[in-house]
Amino acid sequence: MCQVDEEYNGQLDHRVTPRVSKKCVKCKENTTVLIIRAGDAFCRGCFKEYFIHKFRAMLGKNRVIFPGEKVLLAVSGGPASSSMLSQVQEGLSRDAPKKLRFVPGIIYIDGNAQMIITALWQKHFYFVLSLPSSVLEAGSSATGKPPTGSSYKAAVDHFIPTRKNQNQHPDLSVENAQSHLSNLSMQEVQNGVTSPITPEHTQALKRLFASVRTPTAKEDLLHTLRQHLILHTARTQGYTKVMMGDSCSRLAIKLLSNISLGRGASLATDTGFSDPRHGDVVIVRPMRDYSSKEIAYYNRMFDIPSVFIPGLDSKAQDKASIQRLTESFVTKLQTDFPSTVSTIYRTSEKLHTACPPQNTNTQLSAKCLLCVCALDTKLEEFSAYQATLISEQLSQRRGQGHSSGGGQSQGCETGDGGCCSSAKSTVDLKSLLCYSCRLTIKDMTALDALPQYILSEAERRRSQMREEISEFLLDEEEDEAIPRVNGS
Amino acid sequence: MMMSPASTHTDIKRRSPLSEFRVALKMPVLCSSCAEKRAVLKRPKTAHSLCKECFFWAFEEEVHQTIVSAQLFKHGETVGIGASGGKDSTVLAHVMKVLNERYNYGLKLLLLSVDEGITGYRDDSLETVKRNQQQYELPLKIVSYEELYGWTMDAIVKQVGLKNNCTFCGVFRRQALDRGAMMLKVDKICTGHNADDVAETVLMNVLRGDIARLRRCTAISTASEGEGVVPRCKPLKYAYEKEIVLYAYFKKLDYFSTECIYSPNAYRGHARTFLKDLEAVRPSAIMDVIHSGENLSVREGVKMPVQGTCGRCGYISSQALCKSCVLLEGLNRGLPRLGIGKHHRLHEKILLQQPLTQEEERKLKAVDF
Repeated sequence: MCQVDEEYNGQLDHRVTPRVSKKCVKCKENTTVLIIRAGDAFCRGCFKEYFIHKFRAMLGKNRVIFPGEKVLLAVSGGPASSSMLSQVQEGLSRDAPKKLRFVPGIIYIDGNAQMIITALWQKHFYFVLSLPSSVLEAGSSATGKPPTGSSYKAAVDHFIPTRKNQNQHPDLSVENAQSHLSNLSMQEVQNGVTSPITPEHTQALKRLFASVRTPTAKEDLLHTLRQHLILHTARTQGYTKVMMGDSCSRLAIKLLSNISLGRGASLATDTGFSDPRHGDVVIVRPMRDYSSKEIAYYNRMFDIPSVFIPGLDSKAQDKASIQRLTESFVTKLQTDFPSTVSTIYRTSEKLHTACPPQNTNTQLSAKCLLCVCALDTKLEEFSAYQATLISEQLSQRRGQGHSSGGGQSQGCETGDGGCCSSAKSTVDLKSLLCYSCRLTIKDMTALDALPQYILSEAERRRSQMREEISEFLLDEEEDEAIPRVNGS
Repeated sequence: MMMSPASTHTDIKRRSPLSEFRVALKMPVLCSSCAEKRAVLKRPKTAHSLCKECFFWAFEEEVHQTIVSAQLFKHGETVGIGASGGKDSTVLAHVMKVLNERYNYGLKLLLLSVDEGITGYRDDSLETVKRNQQQYELPLKIVSYEELYGWTMDAIVKQVGLKNNCTFCGVFRRQALDRGAMMLKVDKICTGHNADDVAETVLMNVLRGDIARLRRCTAISTASEGEGVVPRCKPLKYAYEKEIVLYAYFKKLDYFSTECIYSPNAYRGHARTFLKDLEAVRPSAIMDVIHSGENLSVREGVKMPVQGTCGRCGYISSQALCKSCVLLEGLNRGLPRLGIGKHHRLHEKILLQQPLTQEEERKLKAVDF
């Protein structure tokens, strides 16, 4: 007889498939409708309770949002942020003792030239308008119930469409968006500057993104610009908190791709619950405990409308950019090892920033120009960064006098291959950036395509630094008299 | 603004206008360092085109800078080079010998090798190490699992299966290297871990949620206190694996290039594939991952293991029994899963030689191949 049967008879039992209980594990009465993890089968009502409870518990545990505070909800239209929106609405409409007590506003950033107005989006829009009028009251109102007539217009006032200031962020959308917006009788917010959307703005932005060579850097830059926009809106409109709809799965992917991009120093702020790096405006992520599976189920079962807007990485190949690669890696690994996402999430909870950013102005020069996290490019002890600099130096012309800190690229041999003046401005900008923003900038061919506000801030910081060391600088006028080879 | 969604990453070669010109005319590209000889390779790390001699010089110089800036060695120390016969340790031995002479480190070098008892792999690579001993004129010491523990890896795999055997091998090897080093009275051990290894370890520790290891794994040398512990360092920490291969190839070094036959099923393989893909997208990603790892910081209040000593053998350990003893106990008793997973409560029992209950035995025996 076959050896297997004799020796391993006992051990080779057929694998016992886990039996799903027919009753909800929580109330033990109703039948289950869905399974979240192995062993967690819920009925409809209990699932809803569980979902809502998680949101409130996340806000309550961390206690960063105070009653009456103005909170900006960053809604992209996708499932997670739509879910967050519905949770906020749900929380605001509760009875007095358990009510969420803050004043929300919504920001949506339109990244497409032709704004996609589909039926779904309109449904989403009307859903937003159906926010209860109590939303508009800041805290306790003396008069009690607000007049219903003004609620529609007022709700619209709080809904901020694609608005960008003329001198700051060149606009992305085109005439199409404008006409659609007027059809829906929207108003630009009255205390902001209403700027006409010009084709020059579109061109400027197209040029910016065309000058970035790799998709990785494009996505990174887009993300940074979006953050700046949200921050700016929050500041000008008087919001002290911003809520982002990042789910657990998305944050796990973000953590891993940030490690791959070199953003290890700011992992805690990028993926933690609260992000205090901007000082006056704090970014919170209340959805970080929800896996995308839970959100998808909830949206489907309770009819939360959401919209898919294609982004930079839609339909891109797996290896197009680091972010895309990480996403496909984590999702594939998750199928074989179901605890991957939650393990990564737990790891992120245990981290904190190596050098916590300060709020005061004097420390501003120690923060990165683009991502506003603390600079991690100190050359104190021997590190990977220093090793990279040494490699660069050693691979170029020998004996050309290398500097020990700074790593300036010499001559036209290396670098972008552009003329010397652009090489010099690269160097200037690099010293103001953190390690990974430097990598992004390195992939850009035309640095002057960056939005004006970035370039002027860079100039301001440079002159501030120059002021600090002015007493040690030799007189510049003498230098200019000598003809320069590098004519910058 | 609609981005073309299918725009794929194209390989951007960074060349100066002059070399573009030369390429257009089908003239040979010159080395970017000496600008005299023809370039024969493109550095994976920085994408510069270099000739052979300049590449050798750059590679060796980088290792030298690493050693000097991180202060890895002191003059007059005896250093054991962990040699497996593979490309990393062969290149390490070669470079250490060259730098020791060139810059007068004053080190006494020797080769330390570990025989795990894997037929078809280790016995062949040991032959390579023996040849290295003659080529580099360095004394060699081989320690084997058989004589230290009474088990070879082949025998272990028969008991444990193909999934968790790398745990056994790694744990046993660490102790074996230390024992060998103590027998030879070595002050420091250096291993051939390269940049890819360190980056993979960072990624793997994140995926596994091992916060304690995550904090320590990017350190270039280990702590030097404790009984029976020889400090170790990784001089090749910032050298790309591809560059090591290029170096070994152009120098025509003698090394053994087959992978361990048991490695395909290890979890590390996932991290490795991911890292290789990352490198394809952006070549600097390996250094970026190491940079991220070095700048990580763990919150206070997170529970960390405390260093103590093993109750049975006296080796350093964070638990009552060191991992080696636990694994060995499991193997000797026919309970292969004793070291896999968390069974801290059982350590006390084992230490005191108490018998385990039926239930505990059953759980520890189950193996899935």
